[in-house]
Amino acid sequence: MAINQLPDDLLVKNYIDGDEIALEVLINRHQSKIYGFIYSKVLDRDIANDVFQDTFIKVIKTLKGRAYNEEGKFLPWVMRIAHNLIIDTFRKGKKMPMNRETEEFSIFSYMTDNSPNIESQIITEQVENDLLKLIEELPDDQKQVLKMRIYDDLSFKEIADLTDVSINTALGRMRYALMNMRRMIEKNQIVLTN
Amino acid sequence: MAKLYTKKTKSTPKMLPTKETVNFILSYSKALKIVKVGNEDYELNAN
Repeated sequence: MAINQLPDDLLVKNYIDGDEIALEVLINRHQSKIYGFIYSKVLDRDIANDVFQDTFIKVIKTLKGRAYNEEGKFLPWVMRIAHNLIIDTFRKGKKMPMNRETEEFSIFSYMTDNSPNIESQIITEQVENDLLKLIEELPDDQKQVLKMRIYDDLSFKEIADLTDVSINTALGRMRYALMNMRRMIEKNQIVLTN
Repeated sequence: MAKLYTKKTKSTPKMLPTKETVNFILSYSKALKIVKVGNEDYELNAN
């Protein structure tokens, strides 16, 4: 007897015994009914395909795990699995509703991306490079205090200790550094804003 | 000769899953092996 003509219960038995073709025959035989049933409930081809796939994954696991009790009701059993998965799909859909963009509603009205775009990033990099060049133009003692304060985040007491000067001297050097930088920016008409 | 007016029966297209879906199921089945150890089942997927 050709495999295509075998009844469902024999195909199931053959499949459990290792005949993968038997599964193919079962799917070909019943796919239209099962898929049609699923689609009639979910009304979406992609979701119907997903549910169909999940249904047969459960079927395969049950059969290969030898947990199926053959009572000559293969198709009703598969339809029951599909039905339960459809219910699960609807439950998931309620928990995470999908909002489709319409003319009245756009998700981007509510979701914003605050990360800087590439243009802002390039401008920021340019500003930082320009600042570094200005700092290099300062006298050494002012440059040293400024770098220790801004880039190394040291306190003026720590700067004073490390450079062997008084705190007032360190503060004064910082003040002059900033004044000189402002002067250079004005003189050269440098724009340092983003 | 009288004209023959054959009534074309409207056939609804069969609802079928995609070939990719079916192929995935068949491949999954071929790759899956379930091994029983004591009271537990272990699923082995041979890629």
